[in-house]
Amino acid sequence: MSAIQLKQIHVNVQNKHILKGVDLTIEEGDFVTLLGPSGCGKTTLLRTIAGLQKLNEGTIVIAGKEVANGSMSFHMDPAKRGVSLVFQSYALWPHMTVFDNVAFGLQIRKLGKPEIRQRVMASLDKMRIPELADRYPGELSGGQQQRVAIARAIVTSPEILLLDEPLSNLDAKLRTEMRAELKRLHGELGTTIVYVTHDQQEAMTMSTKVAVFFGGELVQVDTPRELYRHPKTLQVAEFMGSGDHKLNRVEGICRSSGNECYIRTPLGDFRVAEGDGDPDRGVVMTLKPEDIVLHEKRKEGLIPVKVKDVHPSGAESLIRIDYGDVQLTARILGDPEFEPGQLLYAEIREDRINMYDKQTGCRLEPVTFHIKPAMEELHR
Amino acid sequence: MLHRPALHAWQTRWLNRCRNALRNPLNLIGAAALLFLAYTIVWPVLHMIYTTLVWRTQDARLTAAADPGHLTFYHWQRVLASDISWSLFYKPVVNALSVGLSVSVVSMVLGCGLAWLVTRTDIPFKKTITFLAIIPYLLPSWMLSQAWLTFFKNSKIGGTPGILQSLLHVAPPDWISYGYVPIVMTLSIHDSVYFFLLVGAALSSMNSQLEEAAEMVGAGRLQVLRRIVFPLVLPSVLSGFILIFTKAVSSYGVPALLGTPVNFYMISTMLYSSMRSRLTTEASVLSLTLMLISIGAIYLNQRLIGRRRSYVTVSGKGSAVTHTSLGRWKLPAAAATVISMVIVAVVPLLVLLLQTFLLKDGSFSAANLTLHYWLGGSDPSINTGEKGVLQNPIFLLALKNSLVIAGIASVIAAVMGLLFGYVVARGKNSAMGRLVDQLSFFPYFIPGISLAAIYITMFAKPVLFIPALYGTITIIILITVVKELPFTVKAGGASLMQIGNELEEAAVLGGASWFTRFRRLLLPLSRKSLLSAFILVFIGAMKEMELIIMLVTPRTETLTTLTFYYVEKGYEQLTNVVLMIIIAIVVTVYLLAVKFGKADLTKGIGGQ
Repeated sequence: MSAIQLKQIHVNVQNKHILKGVDLTIEEGDFVTLLGPSGCGKTTLLRTIAGLQKLNEGTIVIAGKEVANGSMSFHMDPAKRGVSLVFQSYALWPHMTVFDNVAFGLQIRKLGKPEIRQRVMASLDKMRIPELADRYPGELSGGQQQRVAIARAIVTSPEILLLDEPLSNLDAKLRTEMRAELKRLHGELGTTIVYVTHDQQEAMTMSTKVAVFFGGELVQVDTPRELYRHPKTLQVAEFMGSGDHKLNRVEGICRSSGNECYIRTPLGDFRVAEGDGDPDRGVVMTLKPEDIVLHEKRKEGLIPVKVKDVHPSGAESLIRIDYGDVQLTARILGDPEFEPGQLLYAEIREDRINMYDKQTGCRLEPVTFHIKPAMEELHR
Repeated sequence: MLHRPALHAWQTRWLNRCRNALRNPLNLIGAAALLFLAYTIVWPVLHMIYTTLVWRTQDARLTAAADPGHLTFYHWQRVLASDISWSLFYKPVVNALSVGLSVSVVSMVLGCGLAWLVTRTDIPFKKTITFLAIIPYLLPSWMLSQAWLTFFKNSKIGGTPGILQSLLHVAPPDWISYGYVPIVMTLSIHDSVYFFLLVGAALSSMNSQLEEAAEMVGAGRLQVLRRIVFPLVLPSVLSGFILIFTKAVSSYGVPALLGTPVNFYMISTMLYSSMRSRLTTEASVLSLTLMLISIGAIYLNQRLIGRRRSYVTVSGKGSAVTHTSLGRWKLPAAAATVISMVIVAVVPLLVLLLQTFLLKDGSFSAANLTLHYWLGGSDPSINTGEKGVLQNPIFLLALKNSLVIAGIASVIAAVMGLLFGYVVARGKNSAMGRLVDQLSFFPYFIPGISLAAIYITMFAKPVLFIPALYGTITIIILITVVKELPFTVKAGGASLMQIGNELEEAAVLGGASWFTRFRRLLLPLSRKSLLSAFILVFIGAMKEMELIIMLVTPRTETLTTLTFYYVEKGYEQLTNVVLMIIIAIVVTVYLLAVKFGKADLTKGIGGQ
């Protein structure tokens, strides 16, 4: 049985159509990340699952039980859905101690005092902050508040834990620490976790599955590895590559001859197995900087490139290189002593190349790759 | 059989929709709020408009054309265009408008000057000056009129002459003793505190760097004032102007004490005397006029300020303010300010206090000192046997009534403000939230004395399950609560706006019902603003005059109306004893609130 089943979810917030038909199934014990740029509706989806936001159409089934049905205007009470939510702002009640904050939900359920005490302390122990029980939220650091917020969410032993950008208010060091902490917690509790973030790296390191959103629609649901290697659309590829992984983008043209399709790019020619779609359509080839290997010595199958500049950052360096008119960026480990203008030989990892239809943005697959020898001459 | 499931789904959908609507606390509270507002504000105003447009049975005595129950413009015509209109309508309107404008201008000069001195210069004794500036607010405005009379009274209305006459043996002319001049003076002194607080807040939140930036590009001092400072504080100056204008136009206590002896009527006093002489429809027309003037003033304010309102908040929390140096004028300026403020704020208080110990008014000899007016029994030779205040059962009843009214009304008003504020804050994107917001602001347009005039007719007879409230304490509590709604709802809404929605949602996920959320989250988190609202309403109710003067009956006499009774009888000392007691209560409550509740009244007073 799946933990959460979302079917054709449509949500309007203040007369704006935010979610446009989202289908998503989350298995029990999964750590699913909802990833997307700000304003794509991922937080709205989380709030819809929690029941804080009413859906207009579609159904939500949690642990086999229907909790919301748009066509029936049925919305189960948030508290009865067996979910907990950690808010982006933590939403700790400033006038209650840490203990009372965590105990609140149990007090509402009218549990006995000894049991409340025992469960609250167990939950604080799990978050490794038992010593903070008597403090007020205002006296805690951001990381500690974060731990309290999670302790409050897990004290009721929910079947599903929802986290809304929980690390966005922390500094870089604390963020890494909390990432590990959340991963450990997921392992210990075995709870299904749905996690919202706009940070690709966060999504990659923690989740078992990543769901990518754009403009209120789910574009791709995959394991982090698959998402990293084969983004389904150009948009996803670029989003996954943004930040310090600047994606290499080379434009080409697809020509069909007979049953076969050829893609011609400045880097070389490719054959696409299935020749559907328009003849003569534009194609975009993407290649991650880390999939270009630079050699100082010439070898068979390498393309000659000229170093434009070098951006070292300690452990790794970004090298901007020119191949004819094409500008590429390569990412290599260490701090090589390349000079601008130096001639190098680039090896391209063919299996990591992705091709997209320029118009639709959809990925074309599969491709075979070969470089025309003529290209080598062209450079000289 | 085939279409049954479809029908079933249709039914379930509607059932679910109804359940959703009923489970949403916003809808329930909002509906209750709208019902309350409709009954206590919208309906009364509509009803009053209606009564001015129909014949009444009594009208048969005035004209043969009367046809009870049918529509007519007779009343409007009688008020606006007949031989009595000049004295009944136009003269009071002109008087009210001229008093309103003069008071606004004088308070603007006083208040802005003081605000500038305190926030922008290096004048010493800032705390003392601020404290002195608050004192007139804590006192009823007509206390100053009473003090004015004590000084400047002449023998026109009999009784002992004022201090000036007994010292100099020259009777001050009527225009100093009564009418326009003293009314403007006393109202201005009392109301300039609003200007001081509003403009002071704007000035102190304005970042000095804005001025320095202008100086850097070569602007002179006057240019900086004219092009930077003035436009920035203009919105608050305008709001202050309108606030004081509407207050002054509809004030009752001061013109009643200082204007009536020389037949200087304002709309409010004319309204009162029309009510007394049973000209209720004419009074309604006057009420509506007064409301129209207030609405017009506030509309003008909105138009003039428009979008600029946000200026002040944009500059946000000011950084360090560089103070203009007063140089060698520093000490003289401070001395002049403090002395003149002591003269207007403290001296009247002391004089009135001293007077309560004088057996015979105006004679300052040791033999003349007495405690008779405080503690004495009945003595037929003094005030026709009226007992000393603390022995007097009427006083004790009035004291009890005042405390009960102020106590209950302030608790209800504060909690109601929070509840309505909840609808306004959480439903600010829904029609209901906006409607509650606007309707609860409406009493601001209705001058107290007009509202009272409406309530008399409205609650004279029982309606549905609501008994006839006229003559009970309940109606006075109700009118106080309604009149304070604009302030309490704004305060409640603002404080709830600061409590993030997520704090409440976190509790929803924990399974807390709305009542639990209110009790355990909203109430404790908005404690401070609740307390401020409570204190402000309490103080307001303790010195309330125009709102309740028409509604009280001997059984529901309050301290303020008791003083008016004593004034009418000419019992000077007794009046002042009661005044002193009112002031003592107000000041005590204020100090307690500041000390224990950390309530910041200076924010609330200018908050409208």
